[in-house]
Amino acid sequence: MLKVSVPLSQRVYELLSSMRFAVSLLTLLGIASIIGTVLKQNEPYQNYIVKFGQFWFELFETLGLLDVYHSAWFLVILLFLVISTTLCVIRNSPVMLKEWKTYKEHVTEKSLRLFSHQASLAVNQPAAATQARLADFLSAERYMFKSRQQDNGDVLISAKLGTHQRLGYIFTHAAIVVICFGGLLDGNLPFKVQELSGIKKIETRDIPSRKVPEESRLGANNLSFRANMTLPEGERDNVAFVRVRDGYLVQELPFTVALRDFRIEHYPTGMPKSFESDITITDPELSKPIEATVRVNHPYIYKGIAIYQSDFQDGGSQLKFKLWDLSGSQDGFDVDGVVMQKGALGEGDHKMTVEFNEFRQFNILNLSIDGKGKPHNVGPNTTLKLRNASGQAREYINYMQPLQLDGRAYFVSGMRETVQEEFKYLRIPADDEMEITGFMALRQTLRNDQSIRQIASEIAKQMPGDNAPLKAQFEQSLQQLMQTFKRGGYSELSKIIESAVPEAQRDQAAQTYLKLLNTTAMQAYQMSRAQRHLPPAPQDQATAVFIQDSLNAMNDLFFYGTPYYFQLKDYTLKQASGFQLTRSPGQFWVYLGSVMLVLGIFAMFYIRERRVWILIKPVRQEVLLAMSSNRKNMDLDQDFARMQQQLTTLLQTGQAD
Amino acid sequence: MNTSAPWSKPASFWQTLSAFDWLYAVLLLAGGIFSYQRYAGYMDIYEVGFLFGAVGVFSYLGWRWSGIARLVLGVAVLSLIGVYTYHGDLANGSQSFLLKFLLSSQSAVMWMNVLFVLAMLTYWLALFQKSAFTAKVATALTWTATLFGFVGLMVRWYESYLIAPDIGHIPISNLYEVFILFCLITALLYLHYEQLFNTRQLGGFVLVVINAAVGFILWYTFDRHANEIQPLVPALQSYWMKIHVPANFIGYGSFSLAAMVAGAYLLVRHNILASRLPALHVLDDLMYKAIAIGFAFFTIATILGAMWAAEAWGGYWSWDPKETWALIVWLNYAAWLHLRLMKGLRGTVLAWWALVGLLVTTFAFLGVNMFLSGLHSYGTL
Ligand code: HEM
Repeated sequence: MLKVSVPLSQRVYELLSSMRFAVSLLTLLGIASIIGTVLKQNEPYQNYIVKFGQFWFELFETLGLLDVYHSAWFLVILLFLVISTTLCVIRNSPVMLKEWKTYKEHVTEKSLRLFSHQASLAVNQPAAATQARLADFLSAERYMFKSRQQDNGDVLISAKLGTHQRLGYIFTHAAIVVICFGGLLDGNLPFKVQELSGIKKIETRDIPSRKVPEESRLGANNLSFRANMTLPEGERDNVAFVRVRDGYLVQELPFTVALRDFRIEHYPTGMPKSFESDITITDPELSKPIEATVRVNHPYIYKGIAIYQSDFQDGGSQLKFKLWDLSGSQDGFDVDGVVMQKGALGEGDHKMTVEFNEFRQFNILNLSIDGKGKPHNVGPNTTLKLRNASGQAREYINYMQPLQLDGRAYFVSGMRETVQEEFKYLRIPADDEMEITGFMALRQTLRNDQSIRQIASEIAKQMPGDNAPLKAQFEQSLQQLMQTFKRGGYSELSKIIESAVPEAQRDQAAQTYLKLLNTTAMQAYQMSRAQRHLPPAPQDQATAVFIQDSLNAMNDLFFYGTPYYFQLKDYTLKQASGFQLTRSPGQFWVYLGSVMLVLGIFAMFYIRERRVWILIKPVRQEVLLAMSSNRKNMDLDQDFARMQQQLTTLLQTGQAD
Repeated sequence: MNTSAPWSKPASFWQTLSAFDWLYAVLLLAGGIFSYQRYAGYMDIYEVGFLFGAVGVFSYLGWRWSGIARLVLGVAVLSLIGVYTYHGDLANGSQSFLLKFLLSSQSAVMWMNVLFVLAMLTYWLALFQKSAFTAKVATALTWTATLFGFVGLMVRWYESYLIAPDIGHIPISNLYEVFILFCLITALLYLHYEQLFNTRQLGGFVLVVINAAVGFILWYTFDRHANEIQPLVPALQSYWMKIHVPANFIGYGSFSLAAMVAGAYLLVRHNILASRLPALHVLDDLMYKAIAIGFAFFTIATILGAMWAAEAWGGYWSWDPKETWALIVWLNYAAWLHLRLMKGLRGTVLAWWALVGLLVTTFAFLGVNMFLSGLHSYGTL
């Protein structure tokens, strides 16, 4: 059997340069991109493990799904797209160029008569006159054309318009290649190769940058990079960090950057208005340092490296706290802290470390209950971690100023045990002077055995009548009530009720207890105020609410997880500015490609290619008109109809004279 | 056509311009110069370029399509009246009758909403009555809605400066504002095709997607109070916004329009309303033209976005979810165009594809803000 076999290379070439393959690649690229947006990319690995579990984490990691756009398989798809488009351009360009240039003068009359858009028009003039007229007409319509006398005496005019459209194809598709090339220049391919061949390795330890070994450093001559640098005010550095998967690389810079000042401006609403860093660049090659200001949307470029303002954080602010030891009964005492540093608390088994993690001067929160109010600045807060001797830590977030919640002011402190949890908030009511001391004094009084006895006896005394044994019994139960609350808050109270009161009467008993508890607390509050030489609090709704809120807060303190309350009193701000430093040689190519792409697309869509053939047949006194386009659209129908109309008129008026 | 008239040479473009056309252009230029003199202090060199670029673009558009010229003049007159009535004091917005009920941005946008709803109902009525007159009324309503929408945006622009000079900015910076822009651009695109194809039968369809946006605006206004003017976060304070966002919405608008036409196509295919709607090949052609325009402008928008990102975030492409979804939308329509032009594919498959394309586009526009977080998270719901 005889079979004409196409060589394999030819078939591969045809496949790669085919439309089918290109469209499949576009689809594949789309799907791959979707994956990368659904699964959060480049999170710390710990987050994935917590969220998906070890098994899925490892699977995702192996498949490169945690950093899709830099994974090998994604690059391979891109590479195929480049190859396919390149081959497509190579394969089609010659055709396009030919179409661009040619007039197609060799069509036969027979094939013209088979065109979908053709018409035969009558003419009775000499061929030369008709030809001249048609030539005028075509030029006026901006057609380019060629005329040829044929052997049988007929004249064929072949005209074309808008064939630049064909260049649009070349521009558009070459643009894709150029853009991808630029992208590859800026990609991390060189590092990937060096990593695979074992020359480079990412660093995962948390060590000072100068201790990072050579294999995890990128030289200042690195062709392209995108690195980050965090500088506290007043400090300088000549390296930046490139984050890779769960580690980083140190990028050396050919100059040193110092941060002189970092500023945030705010709108009256408290929203940030601008972030600005004043930097100084020093370089041995410079006779004097460059001073520049970097803002969002206004980077500074030096030696081909663009320095962007990207974020900011605390750079070691000094914090002054009043520390309340809730287990003891003494007043708060002063404690200092520095953000990003640690301190020690307590002794022996109760020894704790406190880590001052963060300080934020502005916090824009929406505190309205239904979430419909306006967010506004609620003032500074600080985040700290308390770690006990066995290493367990809880995280706390404390607001410096009382927050207005439901129209009342509270000192708010959030607590959580792990990073994944939401904070649970403790709300301590501010007293009539907007201080926390009212609550602290009340609490101490309510927890002091001697005061408890005193309160009970005062209240019992005020009981009407003079039944002494009854009063004594009442005093006794008041003491018990306070002691129970001191021991374990509301839940302890309800335990007592459950054990002592039949079910049917529990609700009522609970209400009575709570009422009595409020009464004792009110008494305690007045006592504590007297001790602090303050006038008694008025017996009004505001005081009642304060008492109730205080009891609730005392109850919540049982779940607060630490006997320490850090009340932020004052601070000296020291900020750190986050910069992004990039060198991207591919940018030029990407922009060049983009310009080509836009030109090409507009050429393809909005330059309409038209080809017209007019065959003048003097013998039959006929003119044959045919029109075609590479796009079979309604426009073609309309253009043809218009031209047929015009030519009919033209040839008729010719007949008339 | 007058068959006895001899064929005449086509006039050059400049010769076709009438006295009105010139007057219009001169007015625009005067407006541009006036704005420049008054507000140059707020503009950087690029924005001055955009200002005079806009004079050029709108002159040209007005010359080619007199509807635009009338719209521009109408918007200018009403906005100036609105601005003047404020007398430089925001409080007048709730005191002056004219502002309170007609020209403050809030009221103008509400008029836009109401008129778009009416326009849709009227288009459908016209379709069922087969009444040319009713359809004309629907067209007029759509134009008027568009007029009020633009007035709303222009006045809002001014209002933002009245709040405080440093808060002032062009009103295309958050979801509320761009939804208005979406309605307006989609309506204009539709009106353009209505004229080009000389058919008013598709209005009911296209206005469905516009009214979906109107519904969103209403919900966003009444439930979320999103209509309040907010200052710009630092990342958005850039001249790029003024070109990137409109280009994007020409893209979104065209794709939505194409999807609605695709819906009409599918109905006709199944012989529903077939006698009342344009022929299949007309719908097909319209769908192609809309997607072509959309693709061209979406390409530009994506490129502008990349250039902006290069300036704001330190890289022209970060695979941020919004960027990535823009790429997905773009790839989707690139595939669509290839199949239509190269494979000569037509009809039902492409119509379904254009409809599904709207889902993809909507996700890129809204879904990303709602479900995915990233650098673009300025317009969260
Ligand atoms: C990311 C990749 C690509 C993009 C964005 C793209 C884009 C486009 C666009 C927008 C058109 C114009 C459609 C129109 O005129 O309405 C087009 C046409 C075309 N594309 Fe692509 N294309 C890509 C890859 C490819 C590949 C790999 C091939 C190879 C087979 C190809 C072959 C063609 C051809 C032959 C045309 C028609 C040109 C004409 O007849 O005018 N394209 N492309």
